[in-house]
Amino acid sequence: MTTMTNSKNNKKKKKDANDGRFELRISGSGGQGAILAAILFAQASGKNPKYNVVQTQSYGPEARGGASRADVVISTNEIYYPKTMKLDLLMAFTQEACDKYFIDLKPGGLLIVDSNLVTKVPTKNSYGFPFVRMAREQIGIAMVANVIALGVIVELTGLISHEDMKAVIMERAPKGTEEKNLKALNLGFDLAKKTKRK
Amino acid sequence: MPSSNTSARVLMQGNEACAHGAIYSGCRFFGGYPITPSTEIAEGMARMLPKYGGRFIQMEDEIGSMAAIIGASAAGLKSMTATSGPGYSLMQENIGYAYMTEVPCVIVNVQRGGPSTGLPTKIGQADTMQARWGPHGDYNAIVVAPASVRECFEQTVKAFNFSERFRTPVTLLGDEVLGHMREVITVPEEGELEVISREKPDVPSEWYHHFEVTPNLVSPMAAVGDGYRYHMTGLTHDSEGFPTAKISEIKRKLDKLYYKISRFYDEIVQIDTEMTEDASICVLAYGTTARAARQAVHMAREKRIRAGLIRPITIWPFADEHIREHLAHAKKVLVVELNMGQLVNEVRRIAPRHCKVEQLNRYDGEVLNPVDIFKKILEVK
Amino acid sequence: MVEATKPEDKQTSDVTHQYLRTKKNFPNVWCPGCGIGTVMGSIIRSIDKLGYKKNEVVLVSGIGCSSRLPVYCDFNTLHTTHGRSIAFASGVKVAKPNLKVIVVTGDGDCLAIGGNHFIHACRRNIDLTVILINNQIYGMTGGQCSPATPNLAYATTAPYGNLEHNFIPVDLAKGAGASYIARSTVYHVQQMDKMIVGALQKKGFSLVEAISNCHTYYGRLNKEGDAVAMLKWMKEHAMSAKVAKNLPPEKLEGKFLTGLLWDVEKPEFCEEYEKLIQRLQK
Repeated sequence: MTTMTNSKNNKKKKKDANDGRFELRISGSGGQGAILAAILFAQASGKNPKYNVVQTQSYGPEARGGASRADVVISTNEIYYPKTMKLDLLMAFTQEACDKYFIDLKPGGLLIVDSNLVTKVPTKNSYGFPFVRMAREQIGIAMVANVIALGVIVELTGLISHEDMKAVIMERAPKGTEEKNLKALNLGFDLAKKTKRK
Repeated sequence: MPSSNTSARVLMQGNEACAHGAIYSGCRFFGGYPITPSTEIAEGMARMLPKYGGRFIQMEDEIGSMAAIIGASAAGLKSMTATSGPGYSLMQENIGYAYMTEVPCVIVNVQRGGPSTGLPTKIGQADTMQARWGPHGDYNAIVVAPASVRECFEQTVKAFNFSERFRTPVTLLGDEVLGHMREVITVPEEGELEVISREKPDVPSEWYHHFEVTPNLVSPMAAVGDGYRYHMTGLTHDSEGFPTAKISEIKRKLDKLYYKISRFYDEIVQIDTEMTEDASICVLAYGTTARAARQAVHMAREKRIRAGLIRPITIWPFADEHIREHLAHAKKVLVVELNMGQLVNEVRRIAPRHCKVEQLNRYDGEVLNPVDIFKKILEVK
Repeated sequence: MVEATKPEDKQTSDVTHQYLRTKKNFPNVWCPGCGIGTVMGSIIRSIDKLGYKKNEVVLVSGIGCSSRLPVYCDFNTLHTTHGRSIAFASGVKVAKPNLKVIVVTGDGDCLAIGGNHFIHACRRNIDLTVILINNQIYGMTGGQCSPATPNLAYATTAPYGNLEHNFIPVDLAKGAGASYIARSTVYHVQQMDKMIVGALQKKGFSLVEAISNCHTYYGRLNKEGDAVAMLKWMKEHAMSAKVAKNLPPEKLEGKFLTGLLWDVEKPEFCEEYEKLIQRLQK
């Protein structure tokens, strides 16, 4: 229930500040699951009928190796311009992604990084967790690093409910990996809860 | 939890929505060739069609794809292909054949940057004129352009309806951003959208003329194998479909191709406008660009600038009269396009004398964002 | 409606006549002595022999002299764009697999501009019958070099002799995966009838190459004489594949093989697709 309350407060705050529009970007290098994480986040947001959701991403050479990114815009109003303009949240899995996209983060926007892979963090308003290492060590597969990150994002933004996020993970996880993915997601929720600033 | 009552809301990509819209329309044949950024449509159709008893075929190129869908449509199935710039260019000759032989079919062009191979993974709107004038010769064209994922679905259905209703190929002009964008949409339920199918002949076969000039100019269409044994040719032909060199018959054929569409202008034109009633400056844009334009118009209104938006959904035939009406009080119209200026010339052609036409163009593979457009509004207002 | 009857007691011309669009006064686009009319007769007799209904037969063609053939015939007829007839026909057949779809094409239409569609149709193995009327030149546009024009032969676009080399369509089809391949000439009409009947009965992609004469251009430019002389050349240089099997190589010098050249069984596209539909709809 805490999340739901959070979500309400947060939304009110956002509406005042930004006309109900919240923009986030998940970035990393190709293959880290940044794009999939954004799609899953968008899908979970869509479960709440109050939200309009648009998800866009970079395609082409940029998406193979190099920095890849996917954006989600969530709004309680109709979303006219579908792309992001100033990010409320940037999740960076690599230093390159962090360096490249930090400029798109609005002042006071939230930066989340993989603390092992991003060592030069350009702002104090950031959270760092060793997503890839935790995935490998605590879940047993590095591939679910993006799901841990999703848990953190969901918890920190309070935009969507744990239940909706879990439901999407259960729908989309390949057969046999549901449990590990859920475990990763819960790990993300807990990490964020413990370190959340007031 | 909200999850339970929102099962109809799904996260869908623009390209996927085109494929779903096609299935909804009763499209049961797809012939295509992979090309970025349209490939997801072919992939979706390959997956879905056999489940609906339809047929998918991957052809050796876009020329063959276009030929195959015309063949399949002549044989009675609603048919579609999807492509992008280079493939659309390759299809042009056979699209012309479909105009000439009046075979309904739908071509989706998910626009990328051009010319030539151009920018396969980036956005462009530079095929606007090609969609009208691509094949050689005189004919009339219907082209629709959605601006959201839900509209990708709806306009695909519309494209099929127009195509079946007027026995003509219809192009759906999308773009890379729209094709790859995901939005949460409510998928139309069965019966929610109108679905039109071609009129079939009810006369005995000896009386049947495949290209009969009817009062509304559109001829009932028998499928190959229905027992009517007609001839179809790209050569200029008479009402039975046989080649002709008679001056009167040549003119009658071309008039038919043109007027069967222009006569139903009001039925075909779709236009979306916002706040144009009191607007001193109107922004005109279509597709993804129109979404940035709409936001820019709202930004302008916040600054007490009387801005309005005109978004043609039917690009061709160009909505001359409708647009002119919306420009009745405007001093300026700003045409925003991701090309070097194509639709702007149509606007120049029709704009009232008191309304000055301005343009904002971008053609480096990137979108114009609301701030770019807002600044331009400030500059020219 | 006039439907086909068994023609035993009739002249062959009576049979052909039943299948022509006699109500229309068409101009005849073919030169006197052209072999394409012979092939048309052969196609009609084969259809008649198999008892196909007019309504279930579809003739599809592209552009060129041979592609004008369908307009004269009282079937479903599609005269399409240059080189693309096989792709159009594929769409028709896949959409309505119960139709008998026959493509009539020429050497320029099929092998040059349509070469890609041709080889892919062979590979795909859709149940189409392609009648390739090979007169070794572009006739309709006035005698230009085609992919079937032999090396050193003359054409208006090879005024000093053709520097290129010609395709052997039957070999091309074999390499590309066709199910049934036959060749005949407009001189060997009975053999051609048989080959076309065989091709129509074949479930899968079938090709019949009909060697024909373009005395107007090819004959004149290459000093091969009139229609009669060219037919005579066919008579003298064609060798039945059956007969050739038992002959030593030196006897085959300068000859080309006719008759059934290739016949294999493999799954046909439309049937396989139908199975897929059944499986997915279960």
